[in-house]
Amino acid sequence: MSERNLTRKPGEVETTGHEWDGIEELNNPLPRWWLWTFYATIFWALIYTILFPAWPLISGATPGLLGFSTRANVAAEIARVEAANAPMRDRLVAADLTAIKDDPELLQFATSAGAAVFRTNCSQCHGSGAAGVQASGYPNLLDDDWIWGGAMEDIHTTITHGIRNTTDDQARYSQMPAFGVDGLLEPAQIDAVVQHVLAISGQEHDAALAAEGAVVFAENCAACHTEAGTGDRALGAPNLTDAIWLYGGTVADLTYTVTNARFGVMPNWNTRLSEAEIRSVALYVHSLGGGE
Amino acid sequence: MAILEKHKAIETHATLLLVLSFLVVTIGGLVQIVPLFYLENTIENVEGMRPYTPLELAGRDIYLREGCYVCHSQMIRPMRDEVERYGHYSLAAESQYDHPFQWGSKRTGPDIARVGNRYSDDWHVDHLTNPQSVVPESVMPKYGYMADTLIDGRYIQDIMKTHRMVGVPYSDAMIENALADFKAQSNPDADTAGLEERYGKVNLRNFDAAPGISEMDALIAYLQVLGTMVDFSTYTPVASR
Repeated sequence: MSERNLTRKPGEVETTGHEWDGIEELNNPLPRWWLWTFYATIFWALIYTILFPAWPLISGATPGLLGFSTRANVAAEIARVEAANAPMRDRLVAADLTAIKDDPELLQFATSAGAAVFRTNCSQCHGSGAAGVQASGYPNLLDDDWIWGGAMEDIHTTITHGIRNTTDDQARYSQMPAFGVDGLLEPAQIDAVVQHVLAISGQEHDAALAAEGAVVFAENCAACHTEAGTGDRALGAPNLTDAIWLYGGTVADLTYTVTNARFGVMPNWNTRLSEAEIRSVALYVHSLGGGE
Repeated sequence: MAILEKHKAIETHATLLLVLSFLVVTIGGLVQIVPLFYLENTIENVEGMRPYTPLELAGRDIYLREGCYVCHSQMIRPMRDEVERYGHYSLAAESQYDHPFQWGSKRTGPDIARVGNRYSDDWHVDHLTNPQSVVPESVMPKYGYMADTLIDGRYIQDIMKTHRMVGVPYSDAMIENALADFKAQSNPDADTAGLEERYGKVNLRNFDAAPGISEMDALIAYLQVLGTMVDFSTYTPVASR
């Protein structure tokens, strides 16, 4: 069976000598182009392992003649873009926060950069259009109602250090007491003070209850929200007299807020964003319409 | 060549063919895999890496159970666009206590290797309960039931022992106090000195702001620690790794 079958006529293909149940295996040569391509790929593979990191040795792998490194590549790519932006970035970082607006070239650079930073990092809470999420505690950045201040310095500080987070010592901080949960006010008093808040914010209310609530308000709430209820930005106490609500302005929402308190947290961005990026996005937010 | 004529003996002997094929595949596999175990530059030693706390580990199991990895990877690749969007590229060491690791490039949702501390706990609760309430264009399903599903950590010690078997350096003290640590992390009134001593930097708070330890607590505890263990302000990557 293994002897070559040489009994065929000239021109017929030789067999490998394998024969199974009368079926013979022909021994056609491989096409030359295919065979040489195959050899070439083997040769190329060897060249490749010499040029690029490949062979494992005792403590490391061969680095390759070309010195290829993904880490070095990304570092170089980042450095290239940083270098291209460097003149504008240095100007932005050096500029006085309030003076950036007066430099049209810088303003254009910063707002474009800021818009990109905002879409990547801020839009998840504040919305891609910066309108926030109504009644859910994510503030609208388009209006001119600011909790911690809407001047460039204020916005810059808020973005840099965040609000009520545990990761930055300089985060803006204030805490409203949970008047109901902690037993500071009776349910009846909460109902009354809610009516008072409805009254000062110009909503439909029960006048008698509201008058009663005014006393409760003066004793418990005025320290932060001021006697008129216009709020205090130094304490992050919102203005209660406008029609803009962070957590909703209905009776149910207000009752929940007074009973349980709210504790909105914003991360600090100084560990994730560069000073230039923070200034850019601060300027972008400032330019959205509500900047002071 | 004479040796090439001998293959008939192998080809006509099924068992021999099987054994020799297995031998060839084994050699190929060993050559590719074994160096990864001893080469010093495959996993760098990075300061700050610690095993997951019991609550985080429970959250990780929920993450796996829900198949979050089907849409979210945990591997920031070394490319400028990814580094700009997600933060410093991931290091192998950051996944060294993950069994199994969560690498990938399938990103129906964003990569979450560095999602820790990026959002507030409230945001995570809102987002897991109804993703579209904060990100209208999201296609993520709702996971609100997690807030209602309380967990008691009954098997957390066994799970930690299993992780120790595959190489996670849980100490005897960690295993012993597994259930206590599990309960302490999300309880603001608990004594957490032991937990912090055993694990170091730990997020201590009631993650879902609701009483009891729910799946929501565990999952958010896990999400809030992702990518935060290594301090990249002091870490300098070695380019040749």
